[in-house]
Amino acid sequence: MATTETMTLNMGPQHPSTHGVLRLVLELDGEVITKITPHIGYLHRGVEKLSEHRTYHQILPLTDRLDYLAPMSNNLGYILAVEKLMAVEVPERAETIRVIMTELTRLESHLVWIACHALDIGAMTVFIYAFREREAIMETYELISGARMTSNFFRVGGLSQDVPDEFVRKVSDFIDSMPGYLDQYEGLLTTNPIWLKRTIGNGVISAEDAIDFGITGPALRGSGVDWDLRRDNSYSGYEKYQFKVPVGENCDTFDRYKVRLIEMREACKIVRQGLDRLKPGPVLADNPQVCYPPKENVYNSIEGLIHHFKIASEGFPAPEGEVYQGVEAPKGELGFYIVSDGGNKPQRLRIRPPSFVNLQAIEKMAKGAMIADLVAVIGTLDIVLGEIDR
Amino acid sequence: MAENNRAVLQLKEKYAASIIDVVEFRGEVTVTVRKDAIIDILSFLKQSLQYNLLTDLTAVDYMGKKEDRFMMVYLLYSISNKDRLRIKTSVSEADCHIPSATQVWRTANWLEREVFDLFGIVFDNHPDLRRILMTDDWEGHPLRKDYPLQGPDREPYKGRLS
Repeated sequence: MATTETMTLNMGPQHPSTHGVLRLVLELDGEVITKITPHIGYLHRGVEKLSEHRTYHQILPLTDRLDYLAPMSNNLGYILAVEKLMAVEVPERAETIRVIMTELTRLESHLVWIACHALDIGAMTVFIYAFREREAIMETYELISGARMTSNFFRVGGLSQDVPDEFVRKVSDFIDSMPGYLDQYEGLLTTNPIWLKRTIGNGVISAEDAIDFGITGPALRGSGVDWDLRRDNSYSGYEKYQFKVPVGENCDTFDRYKVRLIEMREACKIVRQGLDRLKPGPVLADNPQVCYPPKENVYNSIEGLIHHFKIASEGFPAPEGEVYQGVEAPKGELGFYIVSDGGNKPQRLRIRPPSFVNLQAIEKMAKGAMIADLVAVIGTLDIVLGEIDR
Repeated sequence: MAENNRAVLQLKEKYAASIIDVVEFRGEVTVTVRKDAIIDILSFLKQSLQYNLLTDLTAVDYMGKKEDRFMMVYLLYSISNKDRLRIKTSVSEADCHIPSATQVWRTANWLEREVFDLFGIVFDNHPDLRRILMTDDWEGHPLRKDYPLQGPDREPYKGRLS
């Protein structure tokens, strides 16, 4: 009498379609997945622990390295939390540049998503195209901050420096050409029969389940929940911008794909509005207790140098209390929860990582599917391990 | 202003004996409650006041600063009302247990595993309480204040040299 038994298969941590060092232990009945056990932590660097030993300014570079595909979104979340704690008002120009840069970052993150997602499913051309466009955003990063990924450009109270003159033209050119590129990707995918077969009906999760699992961001909107922090709990002046929040219907990978593509088009519109709003003015709050002094003062006066030295070495004491600031990062709600005991370092800094929470639903979304469909689910969840492991 | 918060009004009516403190800071309302009522209160907030999303669940170590060493923090969000509420409850080091919130939200599963891993707080009735970020054989709980920054087998951190 023939007997059957399940097989255990190890996937990762060095598997190209797990988007980093994710390890999944799969229990298989033939090619059908009956159980998924994710193992994470390979990239754990103890960012939360480290933050308890650093002043508020010194924590900022650590946040670049969380979701390394969207550094400025992380910076923004952290900076807004500190500004809320310190009750610092930010000049309008700095706020506008922050919005422009975080929306470019959303484009960047979504470009990597569409590139890798399509590559995982077998569409290589999109990968090459999307990385070509991503390069233009990386160049903008380099232009304003000197770094392509670890930007560290925002500061508590504003920006580290003003943007150079060619910034507006460069971003404007890019935003003008981006919708055409998006049409190209859609031409390659949206009506492609292979793409449709691989994505429609894949990774279905109902709105109710998605909320129960804490899924946020485009993955939740793909399940039909009309909720976007930029619109509903506005921050950094987003209430002044007009944009649509796309929502899916069928709760599957294809709907999440459509939602993200519309989000990219909306991001272009927000950047355009931001460029139109950009007026000359200061980019750092006039708050010497908290902010770094302008560089020309540091180099030209002893008072400026002392001021810089004090802020860089001691930081600033924060009032006792606790704040939480959530931002709509490309992957979902990224939150920073700071508990201050009145000192110059946080008592506790908690990062609410969207990828970590979203990944938890993988078993719900891929159980009963085949291994190849699991790869599509990983792609559609759009995870990044730097943020999951912290 | 915290007194007019819709959740605070309801909680004060229903769970008056379990509420220890209500604080508002920078427009955010925090309610501290007794540990034995935590699951009842969380369920009530989810069922009756539409706090349907558990945004975050974490702990804070107040070693040497408060009588009860740990503070559990639940950050709730209501997608229909677009507002947040923070619920806290203290956990002492001697009795480092708290009921699991996994029966209220499935999100709590991994978040509680992380708190267990990094703080050593045990969640009763948790379906799968294992370490999540550190390896299974790891000793100690890294986010505790008495855990050395540079790890267990190294010279203690003496502060920045610059």
